[in-house]
Amino acid sequence: MSKRIELKSLDVYYSSFLAVQDVNMVIEPKAITAFIGPSGCGKSTLIRTLNRMHEVIPGARVEGQLLMDGEDVYGPDVDPVRVRRQVGMVFQRPNPFPTMSIKDNVLSGYKLNNSKMSKTEAEELTEKALVGANLWNEVKDRLDKPGSGLSGGQQQRLCIARAIAVEPDVILMDEPTSALDPISTAAIEDLAVELKEKFTVVIVTHNMQQASRISDMTAFFNIAGTGMPGKLIEYDKTEKIFSNPGQQQTEDYVSGRFG
Amino acid sequence: MTDVKPKAVRRLGDIVFANLTFLAGISILLTLATVAAFLFAQSVPAFTGEPIEAAENGFWAYVFPFIFGTVYASVIALAIATPLAIGIALYISHFANRRFSQILGYAVDLLAAIPSVVYGLWGILVLAPFLTPSYRWLNENLGWVPVFGGQVSATGRTMLTVGIVLAIMVLPIMAALIREVFLQTPRLHEEAALALGATRWEMIKMAVLPFGRPGIISAAMLGLGRALGETMAVAMVLSPAAVISFDMLTSTNSNTIAANIALQFPEAGGNYTNLLIATGLVLFGITMVVNMIARWVISRRAEFSGAN
Repeated sequence: MSKRIELKSLDVYYSSFLAVQDVNMVIEPKAITAFIGPSGCGKSTLIRTLNRMHEVIPGARVEGQLLMDGEDVYGPDVDPVRVRRQVGMVFQRPNPFPTMSIKDNVLSGYKLNNSKMSKTEAEELTEKALVGANLWNEVKDRLDKPGSGLSGGQQQRLCIARAIAVEPDVILMDEPTSALDPISTAAIEDLAVELKEKFTVVIVTHNMQQASRISDMTAFFNIAGTGMPGKLIEYDKTEKIFSNPGQQQTEDYVSGRFG
Repeated sequence: MTDVKPKAVRRLGDIVFANLTFLAGISILLTLATVAAFLFAQSVPAFTGEPIEAAENGFWAYVFPFIFGTVYASVIALAIATPLAIGIALYISHFANRRFSQILGYAVDLLAAIPSVVYGLWGILVLAPFLTPSYRWLNENLGWVPVFGGQVSATGRTMLTVGIVLAIMVLPIMAALIREVFLQTPRLHEEAALALGATRWEMIKMAVLPFGRPGIISAAMLGLGRALGETMAVAMVLSPAAVISFDMLTSTNSNTIAANIALQFPEAGGNYTNLLIATGLVLFGITMVVNMIARWVISRRAEFSGAN
């Protein structure tokens, strides 16, 4: 499954501080949408509101509407835990559970919903998720070894396997390659392109080449200055953003004049 | 041309400091060695000298009830204190708001500062009478459980009371240690669990507890070490008898090694003193074995500890 996400005049606050102001956009299913912009422009904050992870920080809240296939993610009777089970997330630094084996890492999210699963079921799911994350061939002989023994890039793909094992509708990636070397980065990028066949993929990146290589749509965020809220400046097809942007700020940023 | 090896620069300050820290390190080993040597040397007369009345059936027959009492009291204490300490630590580190968790933290530290004599007095005068009715209830309703059987003590000065007093004594250090470990759980791992759709409790099960496991074991061992050696509180609370009994609620209880030494030492003379020192050596041995087991348990899963 893959869902369309609609943001309608969304504001994000940390207590009284307005971090992101008035975002309106539609994130298309079965596509990669990239969030780009200088540090502090709120792109990471915004991606975390898509699965309500910003609520982990006390005082963080949103105003406005966030719809997933028309359903309000912030509706009064919506449980954030449910939202996160439909919206997987991959973080800046690979974070497999160090106390679990590779296999247990893959199954960790799935087991939250399904406490009982047969051994064959578990094995099938592990293989499917690891194949889906292009990691199977590298780890199939050491599924019982700790996930922390893998290389950084492999750990990040393990985290992707863990996220897709629960069959979410959306995959969020918050600068997934910023801690990785170029070869591991290429592997993750290829994987992201494969993932969009099944999922809505949203990726935050500092790397403009990465955005132009893999994304279908690009959203450019900027801030007027420190202490000011981040704003969505321009949102369009990736080719247009990088070849013929409609805004001067966007052009300055993608051509490397600042940021 | 001759090969000139570059000489490492030796600075006076570095040499002095390195040697000072070396001395500090070696002092631990020296202390341990002298204590062990003292225990060994002073124990010998207990076996070579004239027979001692208290140990007419031999040393091991004399010491075994005390070994049993020591281990039993400590195990009860740990069984009560460990889950409680984990609960306190979790509450302080992950549930309480900052103000309240600070107050709780201070209270826990204060509890650790109370001298054991005071715990002993409190155990005799407050806890024992307070618990007696519950002991009677336990005996009447759960008397078929072996540990709750037997003739209930009228004074409440029982093995279970000792276990509870010891549990309260070791609780602060355990709670404080475990709290520190829980606070160090990487935020990344907690967020990983939450992002998978874990509830708070599931996040704790997935990220916090497994990460803190070696710390929990270390804390339990530290608590156990303190419980094994605790003297005053046990000597004051327990009404001892030279028996081996699993009954927790009766007034015939095995004494602990440390409490027995404290009670007997003032009146001991001749090689009876050496006998008591020999029991001290046994206690030393028990503590060492316990610590080694703990090390082994922790190292067995070092691969999965998250330290690599």
